[in-house]
Amino acid sequence: MKLGILINEGPYTHQASDTAYLFAKAAIEKGHKIHRVFFYHDGVYNSNRLIEPPTDDRHIVNRWQKLGKDHHIDLVVCVAAALRRGIKDENLQEGFRISGLGQLIESGIQSDRLVTFGD
Amino acid sequence: MLHTVNKSPTERNTLESCLKHLKKGCAVLLIEDGVYGALKGTVSTKMVEQALKNHPIYALYPDIEARGMQDRVIDGIKLVDYSGFVDLAVEYPSVQAWL
Amino acid sequence: MSEATGGIDTEENTGGKVKKFLYVNRKAPYGTIYALESLEVVLIAAAFDQDVSLAFLDDGVYQVVKGQHTKPIDVKNFSPTYRALEGYDIEKLYVEKESMEARGLKEDDLIVPVKVVNAQEMADIMQSQDVIMSF
Repeated sequence: MKLGILINEGPYTHQASDTAYLFAKAAIEKGHKIHRVFFYHDGVYNSNRLIEPPTDDRHIVNRWQKLGKDHHIDLVVCVAAALRRGIKDENLQEGFRISGLGQLIESGIQSDRLVTFGD
Repeated sequence: MLHTVNKSPTERNTLESCLKHLKKGCAVLLIEDGVYGALKGTVSTKMVEQALKNHPIYALYPDIEARGMQDRVIDGIKLVDYSGFVDLAVEYPSVQAWL
Repeated sequence: MSEATGGIDTEENTGGKVKKFLYVNRKAPYGTIYALESLEVVLIAAAFDQDVSLAFLDDGVYQVVKGQHTKPIDVKNFSPTYRALEGYDIEKLYVEKESMEARGLKEDDLIVPVKVVNAQEMADIMQSQDVIMSF
């Protein structure tokens, strides 16, 4: 099945991004396709390449990057929400792309399920 | 449809509101702090047990374990891992997140 | 095609599919940004020729009350935008009766014409959707 994911919260403060990641990983292991992960609201911070967690902690940004690369997942950061929060190409982690809200609507249309993680 | 709830019922009305909007064929999955809604002996236990009579209720076991609540889960609530979460999202035609 | 729609040709990339989208609003405005950014999604959604509905319940009903004056807190008052939705062919706005009553609100207190529904009807509306977005 083709699944779309929406993440509304940033890393570390809320569990949303962790839950979404573990959900996505499990879905891939079961043979489903993650069509797109759309980062909205503070969720755009999940793409900030300047984030440096302590070395004994999970690296939420790089974990998404790797999952995206390994499984050809479109990691889309909302442009309006990103600009509001200072996420630009300069600090965008490789593997993510900044685009418009239409990508979220399209994900809702194209995927068999859209699953939202937020606060 | 599948409803997910990620808030503790002692902090927000999210679970209560979700349970009020269940129709025939709906299921509930408690995740993150929502798993506190799966517990025995709390102020919301009765409300959850009432809903269990008509609807399957699931709780994400990794979140229960993380919070040390393994021995407190209401009988009848089904425990799932992330793989089970995926199965539920696939089984039901739509997913609504109660945030 | 525009920056806002993410460079998507709204007809070509949807393959003519029309799905039922419900935007669920359960949070009050201003204290957090969710209400405003939810409305921004709805405005973009209008370009996609999908079947769009908005639901206001719990504290979400506070989003559509009249008389919002946000100048003193130096935040944009976006409540007039709900009135503009009609111009985007978004006409299905549902407000839950029980949520209004619990907050001492009446239909007259709302900034935009809506359909007031009870919790059971709201549950039916939720159940009948293909895609449910909540923020």
